[in-house]
Amino acid sequence: MPDQVKRLSVIFILVISALVIVRYLLIPPTFGKLGHYRARALEDAKALPVKYAGREACLECHDDVGDALGKSYHRGLSCEVCHGPGAKHVKSEGDVELVVPGKRKDCLRCHQFLSSRPTGFPQVDPLQHNPVKPCITCHDPHEPGPPRAPADCSGCHTTIAKIKGVSRHVSLKCETCHTTKAQHKLDPRKFRASIPAEREFCGKCHAKKAKGSSDIPQVDIRLHGGRYLCWECHNPHNPQGE
Amino acid sequence: MKKEKNTIKRREFLRKLAEGASAAGLLWLLPEGIAYGVFVSEHAGENAEHYYGMGIYVDRCIGCGKCVNACKNENNVPREPFFFRTWVERYVIFEDGEVKVDSPAGGAEGFPPLDSEKTNKPVIKSFFVPKLCNHCDNPPCVQVCPVGATFKSPEGVVLVDADYCIGCRYCIQACPYGARYLNPQTKTADKCTFCYHRLARGFLPACVEICPTRARVFADLKKRSNPLQRLMRLAEVHTLKPDLNTEPKVYYANLDGEVR
Repeated sequence: MPDQVKRLSVIFILVISALVIVRYLLIPPTFGKLGHYRARALEDAKALPVKYAGREACLECHDDVGDALGKSYHRGLSCEVCHGPGAKHVKSEGDVELVVPGKRKDCLRCHQFLSSRPTGFPQVDPLQHNPVKPCITCHDPHEPGPPRAPADCSGCHTTIAKIKGVSRHVSLKCETCHTTKAQHKLDPRKFRASIPAEREFCGKCHAKKAKGSSDIPQVDIRLHGGRYLCWECHNPHNPQGE
Repeated sequence: MKKEKNTIKRREFLRKLAEGASAAGLLWLLPEGIAYGVFVSEHAGENAEHYYGMGIYVDRCIGCGKCVNACKNENNVPREPFFFRTWVERYVIFEDGEVKVDSPAGGAEGFPPLDSEKTNKPVIKSFFVPKLCNHCDNPPCVQVCPVGATFKSPEGVVLVDADYCIGCRYCIQACPYGARYLNPQTKTADKCTFCYHRLARGFLPACVEICPTRARVFADLKKRSNPLQRLMRLAEVHTLKPDLNTEPKVYYANLDGEVR
């Protein structure tokens, strides 16, 4: 074997072993096991501590509250929505105490009237609804039904009431167009309000020969609007809107 | 006439040899995959036991922001109002077609009444949209990571390996949903993990656990009956920016077309 080859091969062996060592040092052992990442990172991510213990953990001790809550409007809520993260409380068997919210703003966080909230979600205008008084004087958060049936529809249907309040239909009562059973106020989903389904219903006031003040716009109820029904163009709660 | 020899000088030969060897060595120094120009793309959790997705009923969200808080508590997200793993946006669509989106402190403290209630500019509709990492099946953030610190787990969850992240921010730029941020404490990229540590213990993600109106539902898509089934059966389902082919796994029910 010529001398040059020997010397070259020594260099080659040195370079290659240096590469092996560098590679071994730079690439974490579990890299590439599951994909182009460090498989160990999955275990690291799993090992992080849990802060919210979950409703089941609460009910193990507080089953009485859970029973009441389960039948109430708040049945879908997790306890930690209001009481904050509870893992420490569970682990310390009650030594670490949880938040007990009782201020108006705690309830208003969800129940303050915002027109962006979905229709039918119970909301109040804090300036009109018993100002200053804490909500929990009348409502039990674990059984939050209204202390008495709401006096009028705006108690729940705030958005509609607000729109209607500035419209031409302001003087109409909700009952003029919707018939509701008395139970609707206590169990709204089970006893739904009726909704007009025919043109003739609007025609009672808006047809050509209907009785009423001359201010009421009247049209030929059979032909006006073609195949569209009245409320497909006119919002009945805000009829003069486009 | 002299015959020109087609030779190569010895010095040049050695130089070329060394260059070639070091290039091959460097290539081999890289982890598998990249060296062959192949980016790992396992197929949607074929071998995994679970495959996760989230559903959001937009028409149930009341904008209380409890989810944002829960997420910050659970995952030690910095309190400053510009670091979020999940946040809530309020959309307001005006009669003249103008669309306004706001998200004061990510919705963490709830929302104030609309300004337009004072200005009386007519509003057609308004609603809240919770947002988070979409855990794309085809995640752009994973593609751009130069070191393999962000990846799709076998369960389809896009995670960041904070020990391996070099904080270069490529992934933050690549995410079309703005779902990532650079954690000022660790100086690494951070994002929603679907609360991977909770899932491992059989809990729901903190935001799903805490949502008071069950606007967020969470599902193991490998299970035959799961709450996403109902969402997909009963509602029109949309994902965000579907044209980017990121194939998000956060499904929105009853989403308005204005939402991006």
